[in-house]
Amino acid sequence: MNKPLADPVPASIDEAQVRWAAEYAAQVGHDRPVQNRSGIPIKPLYTPLDVDPARFDTDVGFPGQPPYTRGIYATMHRGRTWTQRQLIGLGTPAEYNARLRDILDQGASAVSLIPCNSVFRGYDMDEVDEELLGTCGVVVNSADHMTTCLDGVDLSTTSCAMNDPSPFTLLAFMLATARRRGVDWRTISGTSNQSDYLSHFVANHMFFRLALPGARRVLTDHIAWCGEHVPRWNPLSVVGQHMQQAGATPAEAMAFTLSSALQYADDCVAAGMSPDAFLPRFTFFFDISISFFEEIAKFRAGRRIWARLTRERYGARDPRSWRFKFHGQTSGVDLTRQQPLNNIARVAAQAMAGIFGGLQSLHTDAYDEALSCPTQFGARIAVATQNILREEAHLTDVIDPLGGSYFVESLTDEMEARILAIIDEVEAAGGMYRAVESGMVQRRIGESARMHQGRIDSGAQTVVGVNAYRVDEDASARPALPKPDPAGMRAHVRGFADWKARRSASAVDRALADLARTAQATGTGGGNLFGQVVAAADVGCTHGEICGTLRRELGFGHPLVVV
Amino acid sequence: MKTRPKVLITKIGLDGHDRGSRIVAAHLRDAGMEVVYTPPWQEIGNVVKLAVEEDVDVIGVSSLATDHLIVPKLMAALREADLSDVAVIVGGIVPDEDEQALLDAGVARVFHPGSPLEDIAAYIVEATARVRAARFPALDAIR
Repeated sequence: MNKPLADPVPASIDEAQVRWAAEYAAQVGHDRPVQNRSGIPIKPLYTPLDVDPARFDTDVGFPGQPPYTRGIYATMHRGRTWTQRQLIGLGTPAEYNARLRDILDQGASAVSLIPCNSVFRGYDMDEVDEELLGTCGVVVNSADHMTTCLDGVDLSTTSCAMNDPSPFTLLAFMLATARRRGVDWRTISGTSNQSDYLSHFVANHMFFRLALPGARRVLTDHIAWCGEHVPRWNPLSVVGQHMQQAGATPAEAMAFTLSSALQYADDCVAAGMSPDAFLPRFTFFFDISISFFEEIAKFRAGRRIWARLTRERYGARDPRSWRFKFHGQTSGVDLTRQQPLNNIARVAAQAMAGIFGGLQSLHTDAYDEALSCPTQFGARIAVATQNILREEAHLTDVIDPLGGSYFVESLTDEMEARILAIIDEVEAAGGMYRAVESGMVQRRIGESARMHQGRIDSGAQTVVGVNAYRVDEDASARPALPKPDPAGMRAHVRGFADWKARRSASAVDRALADLARTAQATGTGGGNLFGQVVAAADVGCTHGEICGTLRRELGFGHPLVVV
Repeated sequence: MKTRPKVLITKIGLDGHDRGSRIVAAHLRDAGMEVVYTPPWQEIGNVVKLAVEEDVDVIGVSSLATDHLIVPKLMAALREADLSDVAVIVGGIVPDEDEQALLDAGVARVFHPGSPLEDIAAYIVEATARVRAARFPALDAIR
C-alpha cells in the first residue's frame, strides 16, 4: 500500500512555507551558511513573505519615478541602451587614435582616454623612466597631443570621457582642440572620470599628485566653471570602483561613494552653488564584481538612497538632481591569469549584473587584463560581449526584469540598510574628507580585502583555475603582449622636445604665472583655478608644467596609505 | 642577531595600485615577519637606501602596470650598493615574455596573480635562510 500523499496544494502560504522548509531541511541535512561579500546572510529561498507589498509604491515604484529603484529613466534600456564605453589608452597619440577608431568601428559608442602613468603622476614624458612611457596609457602632455588623439572624432556628437584627475588638464587640452576646430564648447559632452580626488587618497592613487586641500579647491572650481562654460559636461564622477577594486565590499564601496558625493555636494553648497545647478551633472562610476545578485541589489539600493538624499539633505527640486547616473566597469580583480579565456565568461556575468542593475554606460574588461595591458584581440571580444548581451540575448527587452523578484527586492532592502549604516558611520566621523584623512576608510577597506583573500586562500570562495579546477597550462597559448612601438615613442619624445623649444616661451611663462597667482589668492577673490588651467593649456603649457605649478602653490599629494 | 625574516615591501615606477602590496605586507606581518612597507612610486635610490638602513633580507616589489620593466635598474642599483645578497621577489602582473628578463637580471622569483599568501610567506622564509647563510657562513660552521 502506498502511504497517503500530503494534500498537493497547501491551504495557505504559511503552511506551504513550513512544508517546504521541512522538506528542504530533510534533504540537505546540514545547510551551509551562505553570505554575500557585504556580509549579508543569504537564505535558500525567498517568498512573498520576504517582501512587504505595501512598500511597492514607496520603495519600488516605476522606472523614471523617484526613488528610481527600477531605473532613472522611464524607457531605460528598452528605449536607449547603455553607452558602450571602452577604456583605452596605449602608446603615442597616433597609436591611440588608431585603436580608438577601431573600437568605434566595432560598435563602441563613446570615447574614453586613459593617459600614461607618467601623466597620472603629474609629469611630462621627459621627466620619467622612458621604459615606462605609453605602456599603460597614452602619452598626452599637450593640446597638440590631444588634437592627434581625437583626430576624426566629432566632438560635438561623441561623448568623451577623460581619465583626468585634478587639475583636469586633459579636459583643458580637449577644449583647446575644440576651439581650434571651431566646435562650440556648449555642444561638448562627456565626463571627467577620476575627478573624485578622495578616492585617490584611499585607493589606486591614480592622481596628478595635488595635495588633499588643493585637489578639493580645484574640484569645486572645476564644477562651477564647467557648469558655466561646458554645460553638457559632467565635471564629477564619484568613484566606487577604486575602493571596491582595493578590497571594499560592494556595500562599503557604495556607502563610501555616496559619502564622497555628499562631501562634494556640501563643498559646492558652501561655495555658493545651488544644488539644482550642480547635482544634475554628478555621475558615478562603479566596479561590477561577479557576485551577481549582490551587484544588482547594490545598484538598485544606491539609486534609491541618492534619490532620497538629494531631496532631503539638499532640497533639490529638479528630478535630474535626483537621478543616480552611473558607469559600470567589470571587475579586474575577479579575473585570473590562470586559464585566461575563462575571463570572457566572468566578464559576461559581471556585465549582466551591471545591465540588470540599470547602468547608463559600461566598460567590459578584456580577458587578458590579468596578463598585461589588453591586446586588440582581447578588446574586440570585450566589445562583442556587450553586443551579444544586448542584441542576441535580448537583455534590453524588459525594463528592470528582476524587479519584483522576492530575492532581489529583499536583498535590495538589506543592502540599502547596510549602506545607510556605513554612511552614518562616515557622517559620525565628520564626513568623508575627515574619514579619509583619519584613515578610517582605508583601514576598513584593508580589512575587507584581507578577508576576501582569506576566503580564496582557504577555498571557501572558489576561483576556477586558481583554487579549484586547475589544469596544466601551456604558457604559449597566452596572447602576445602589446607594447608601444619603441621607434614611434622615441619620435614622440623627440617631437615633444622640439615643439617645446619652438613654442612661445613668454606666453607660457605668463600663463603659468597667472595660474600661480590664482592659486595663491585665497577664497573666491582670485578667480577660478580651472579657468586658468584651460587658459594655460590653450597657449601651449604642458601637463607637467600646469601640475608642477599647482603642486608648488597648493602642495604635493601623498596617498594616505594604511596597512 | 635578528631571527625573523625582515622584508621590504615596495612599489617602484609610476603605478599606484597597492591592494596586492598591502595584502602581502599585512599577511607577512601576521606571519611573524618584520615588514617595512612603503607607499607606491618609490625612487630606486630610496629603495636601496631603505634596504641598507633597515638591513632587510628580502625586497618584495609589487608591479601591476608594467613597472616591472624598471626592476632591472633596481637590481643594478642594489649590486652597486653591494647588496647583491638581498633576495628580490616581484609580485603582480608580469607577462611571461618579461619574466625571464627579470630572472636574468637577478630577481629570485616572480609571483603571479593567484599565488597563495602562504606560498609567498614560505618562500620568503627559505630565501631568508639562504641570504643569511651567504652573509654569515661562519654561523653555519658553528652550528
